[in-house]
Amino acid sequence: MPPLDPAILARRSEIVAALRAIVPGEGVIDDLDGMRPYECDALSAYRQMPLVVVLPETVPQVSAILRYCQDNKVKVVPRGAGTSLSGGSMPVGDAILLGLGKFNRVLEIDYANRCARVQPGVTNLGISKAVEHEGFYYAPDPSSQIACSIGGNVAENSGGVHCLKYGLTTNNLLGIEMVLMTGEVVRLGGKHLDSEGYDLLGLMTGSEGLLGVVTEVTVRLLRKPSTARAVLLGFPTEAGAADCVAAVIASGIIPGGMEMMDKDAVKCAEAYVGAGYPMDAEGLLIVELDGPSIEVDYLVERVAEIARERGATTVRVSQDEQERVLFWAGRKAAFPAVGQITPDYMCLDGSVPRGRLVEVLAEMREMSKKHRLRVVNVFHAGDGNLHPLILFDANDPGELHRAEEFGADILRLCVRVGGVLTGEHGVGIEKRDLMGEQFTEIDLDQQMRVKCAFDPDHLLNPGKVFPKLRRCAELGRVVVHQNKLPFPDIPRF
Amino acid sequence: MAGTIKPRSPEELRQAVEWALNDSQTLDVRGQGSKLALGKPMTCDQVLDLSGISGIVDYAPEELVVTLRAGTPMREVEALLAQRNQMLAFEPPDLGPLLGREAGQGTLVGAVMGNLAGPRRLSAGAARDHLLGFSGVNGRGEAFKSGGKVMKNVTGYDLSKLLAGSWGTLAVLDEVSVKVLPAPDQTRTLVLHGLSDEAAVKAMCAAMGSPHDVSGAAHIKDRTALRLEGVAPSVEARLKGLRDLLSTTGATMGELGTLESRTFWRDVRDVAPLSGAQDAVVWKISCPPTEGPAIVARIKAQRPSIEAFYDWSGGLVWLALPSSADADQAIVRGALGLTGGHATLIRAAESVRASVPVFQPQPAALASLAERVKESFDPKRLFNRGRMG
Ligand SMILES: Cc1cc2nc3c(=O)[nH]c(=O)nc-3n(C[C@H](O)[C@H](O)[C@H](O)COP(=O)(O)OP(=O)(O)OC[C@H]3O[C@@H](n4cnc5c(N)ncnc54)[C@H](O)[C@@H]3O)c2cc1C
Repeated sequence: MPPLDPAILARRSEIVAALRAIVPGEGVIDDLDGMRPYECDALSAYRQMPLVVVLPETVPQVSAILRYCQDNKVKVVPRGAGTSLSGGSMPVGDAILLGLGKFNRVLEIDYANRCARVQPGVTNLGISKAVEHEGFYYAPDPSSQIACSIGGNVAENSGGVHCLKYGLTTNNLLGIEMVLMTGEVVRLGGKHLDSEGYDLLGLMTGSEGLLGVVTEVTVRLLRKPSTARAVLLGFPTEAGAADCVAAVIASGIIPGGMEMMDKDAVKCAEAYVGAGYPMDAEGLLIVELDGPSIEVDYLVERVAEIARERGATTVRVSQDEQERVLFWAGRKAAFPAVGQITPDYMCLDGSVPRGRLVEVLAEMREMSKKHRLRVVNVFHAGDGNLHPLILFDANDPGELHRAEEFGADILRLCVRVGGVLTGEHGVGIEKRDLMGEQFTEIDLDQQMRVKCAFDPDHLLNPGKVFPKLRRCAELGRVVVHQNKLPFPDIPRF
Repeated sequence: MAGTIKPRSPEELRQAVEWALNDSQTLDVRGQGSKLALGKPMTCDQVLDLSGISGIVDYAPEELVVTLRAGTPMREVEALLAQRNQMLAFEPPDLGPLLGREAGQGTLVGAVMGNLAGPRRLSAGAARDHLLGFSGVNGRGEAFKSGGKVMKNVTGYDLSKLLAGSWGTLAVLDEVSVKVLPAPDQTRTLVLHGLSDEAAVKAMCAAMGSPHDVSGAAHIKDRTALRLEGVAPSVEARLKGLRDLLSTTGATMGELGTLESRTFWRDVRDVAPLSGAQDAVVWKISCPPTEGPAIVARIKAQRPSIEAFYDWSGGLVWLALPSSADADQAIVRGALGLTGGHATLIRAAESVRASVPVFQPQPAALASLAERVKESFDPKRLFNRGRMG
């Protein structure tokens, strides 16, 4: 992290007082015990106390806080529920932590236009809960959906098991309201589709809290599919399972979800919840088909057929809702289940072309030997989004270091085969220093220039995403050789 | 007359931009120029013709991704995908005939640059939702890339979203990766006859809120059409479900089979109902679906001779007005009211487009933010100067 600014630290009491003038009462927390719950996010290996915590309740308060910060060059870290796995909402020692937890109201539900307007602190599941009695839901479903906030989802462009068919956060938003560092409040989108100018809503989604503070979100609601059934498929090899994933998609079927677990993951999950998984399988797939029942029945048969052709040794179709939930129970509990067999684990999030899955899994096993650490794989196979879990013991400093090295090697591998560093968890601080593996300096400079358009003093969520910050004034300079460049040898007429 | 520069490779493209930067030459960036009549008229020093950087780079149907060069004609892409029973799910419209040109022109990247989308926008998203990544050149003459070729990617800012819909004003792309999807086996359409605009939008919204997976909802004159796509038994069952659901409207119902449906929805996609009278001005209004009829009624109160039809369940209004010096922009934009949305002037004489904001004017804070974003890519305003107003 960048070094702390002693001048800001020295002004702490003045800054606290200024915040108290904006947010009265208990909305400003400056004592150590009170700030403790905010010292990390879900990447809990990294911890840091913020300068002060502020929990505004209104948009004018957010606006006043940001304007104050801009005028006084004080840094700000926005925070939703703090479930980021990449350190996105981890505090910075000389920055205010701006928590949006009090923005927790559903403002409007509009069934005719199939959308809901909510405050950013509403949980992901809270939206679906608010509309389920009418048969609707909000589609992106991160596993953290009970806890994570929709504002955090926007900032991370979160996905879930069902995004293969229904898209990520970015495909399910209609509008936001946000506050810029200047304190200006702008609205992007609304209840209508598409932007009238540059798609700043699309840019904001996945910008990891670096561009503005989201104060309202309009999401698209979908009608719940009338039926969902899951197929459990066991294969004697991982390659067989991966092959089946590609074959299902090539046949024109887009399942609601298509998840894969390797043998170790199956073992852990089975021991933990007893979902009835086949213990002889080297690769297990859970394929969920949803839609009208007649379509689901038809597609379930086709998926089963494709799996048999690819040598599946287990093919089981859920016969009722209870069995479907049971099939999923093991998958959903897979992370805590793995947690039972190791003191600590690190969860990675690379994304690769589906066609390279087999090769990537095999190479990961080789790396596992080299780094002398076990790796377990449970992931979104349908869209090639891997979640390798590296098992280690944090009490052994050597192991933590090896786990980090192993993780970095896996992410480099993802990039090498045409994939990317992160499919849904974000760069944050975790993958910040690996950005150079995927992007050139020019690529990153272009992204930083976009950042400068929003936040010219790099005050919002500093130290995240970019490995090396360059000053906006320097980035903005244009080098021109003024007529000294000859016309290149290109056809011209 | 502006000269034309025609690079043959991404590197030549980069050199051309670098040269333009140094020579202070503005560039009119073109694929095939099929949408030149859309947007503010420009006067650029040079035409940058991308047709020399063309061709499919990679297509793996089981990955659901196609990677291609910027100059690749749309026709070529669609033919390639059709061979493997796949499609561009955002249904890019062919606006040629509407804009007074031949059908079948244009490049895929051109459609992406306009963030165009057809009736399936409702269920599958627009071009923005399908652009996975790109490489190109910014206004500093630097080659850069963003995004990737995989379905899920949150590494760095999603610049693809910004580029889609930027009308070529941020960067010149040389290669894009686009998500593709399986084409449906069958397409059928339920048609309701005789509904008023209000009743039609109500019926369409009810259909969209049903579990029947409607992938197109349009209302043209007295016909309200709902599209169902998928495997045969499913389409059959959903059609029946929709009939039951909408029986309360009292409308007489008919059906279109797969072939008829394709023609019908292609016409909706390409705005065929308004392509006839070339002298009328055409507006495109994006609004909350339930607001569509009220907006049209407000405009009609002042201009009784308009023609309008609805797509996107009422959320997209296509409007033709008799030509006038200001395209009646105050009336059209004034009708949006407080409900949000935007109106884009799609077709009008060059002189009209030169004097009227083609794209919806934005509030000051947003406009200046957009301006700073533009500068972050193209500080000297080389690309398509003035096109977005
Ligand atoms: C057990 C577990 C399972 C998970 N499963 C998934 C999964 O399946 N898929 C997935 O995608 N992710 C998953 N995550 C990651 C995490 O839940 C998501 O990234 C989530 O979107 C974070 O939301 P949050 O409210 O906790 O945000 P925080 O952690 O508080 O913040 C995340 C980022 O958003 C910014 N931010 C938050 N609110 C705002 C705002 N209002 N305005 C501007 N910026 C803001 C922060 O600055 C930070 O950069 C999982 C996490 C855990 C712990």
